[in-house]
Amino acid sequence: MLFVLLEAIAISLIVSNNTQQGSAFFNSSNELSGSVFQTQSNIVDYFSLSSVNKSLMEKNAQLLSELEALRKPADSIFIPLDTAMYATMQFKGAKVINNSLRLSQNHLTINKGSNHGVRTGMGVINEQGVVGRVKSVSRNFSTIISLLHTELLVSSKIQTNDVFGSTKWDGLNPQQAKLMYVPRHVVVEIGDQVVTSGYNSIFPEGIPIGTVIEVKPGTDTNYLDITLKLDTDFSKISYVYLVESFQQKELDSLYQSTGISNE
Amino acid sequence: MNSIRVISILLSGFLYLLFQILVLKNLVLFGTAFCFLYVTYIILLPLDIKTIPVLLISFFLGIGVDLFYDTLGIHTAALLVIAFIRHRWLLVLVPTGGYEDDLQPSMLNMGLGWFLSYSVPLILIHHVLFFYIESLGTDLFLTSLQKVIASVIFVLVMSIIVQLLFYRRRRGI
Repeated sequence: MLFVLLEAIAISLIVSNNTQQGSAFFNSSNELSGSVFQTQSNIVDYFSLSSVNKSLMEKNAQLLSELEALRKPADSIFIPLDTAMYATMQFKGAKVINNSLRLSQNHLTINKGSNHGVRTGMGVINEQGVVGRVKSVSRNFSTIISLLHTELLVSSKIQTNDVFGSTKWDGLNPQQAKLMYVPRHVVVEIGDQVVTSGYNSIFPEGIPIGTVIEVKPGTDTNYLDITLKLDTDFSKISYVYLVESFQQKELDSLYQSTGISNE
Repeated sequence: MNSIRVISILLSGFLYLLFQILVLKNLVLFGTAFCFLYVTYIILLPLDIKTIPVLLISFFLGIGVDLFYDTLGIHTAALLVIAFIRHRWLLVLVPTGGYEDDLQPSMLNMGLGWFLSYSVPLILIHHVLFFYIESLGTDLFLTSLQKVIASVIFVLVMSIIVQLLFYRRRRGI
């Protein structure tokens, strides 16, 4: 009898946890497991310092060169056309204290929570590309659904021809994912860059996801079977950026009132 | 059963949990072989612990592991099944002359052959349940099968090593 009772509790926990976003108490973002992971990462982090430094340097160099291109010559004037388009996104840094990539539903834990302004549903990126979405938040920690989660869809597009689809992990190789819902008539070349579409304002437009390495007709009669090599190296994630969108609420309520489901 | 023994059993469970979430969680050989060593703890619990305490211990151990793996309820569900059938399975495998009361069903006490025939089915059931619940709703049958087989072998090897290192043979035999 006790077995049936406990097993029923376990199964109900599995079912209740299956919803994508929700504030479940029993996961790695609660204070207890969060602080254990924090202590562990405080110790282990020293071993990855040099590679973290290197990736930050690379990102810095890239940002510097972009800044150089934006800097206005001394004899120019600048007229803003539409100030509403400014600063619709803001970024927050956070440290990854727990990561998994070998299961079929992988999660990360970061050391920022509701005290730092993290909310469920926020997009998560790092300097290489898309990482995932925030699933649940406690005061000081949050759990993130990794892109390596068989139920997470990321709205994306092919950079060269602006055709859009959804990126989804197939659960096999943590370096590859599938681009779905790209119609058969579209010409997709191997080596095409796939980036976020920016349609649902979870991610800004143009964050890299991966490059096309294989295009097949696929079993579905309407869509191509496209395999991507992911830009983000999930085995080496140590710092991530949270994307806070100022338009998210407005967009969501608009979608809701018009009956369009997000994603 | 005195209180020192109870405490030492619970403490070793806690050690298994700590070792699992701090060390073994990051150890996945070849991308397929997971090491769920905490299953060994439930398998090696002494025989005089009845099914109900075993169920309670495995429930809390499973929840603890689940918390850190972000696989809420899956480890628990799989571990509870093992805890439930452990006692019956022990009765099936009873050697001539029966068990001693507080025997620990380990390799050192019972021999390698008996231990393998006792633990392999239990570990296999746990891993099949875990990986198939985990990948529920996807078409990853073969990948999961690969993970199950690789992990069972890995856990068995690890559990034999742990027994050789940390468990004592019963004195007086």
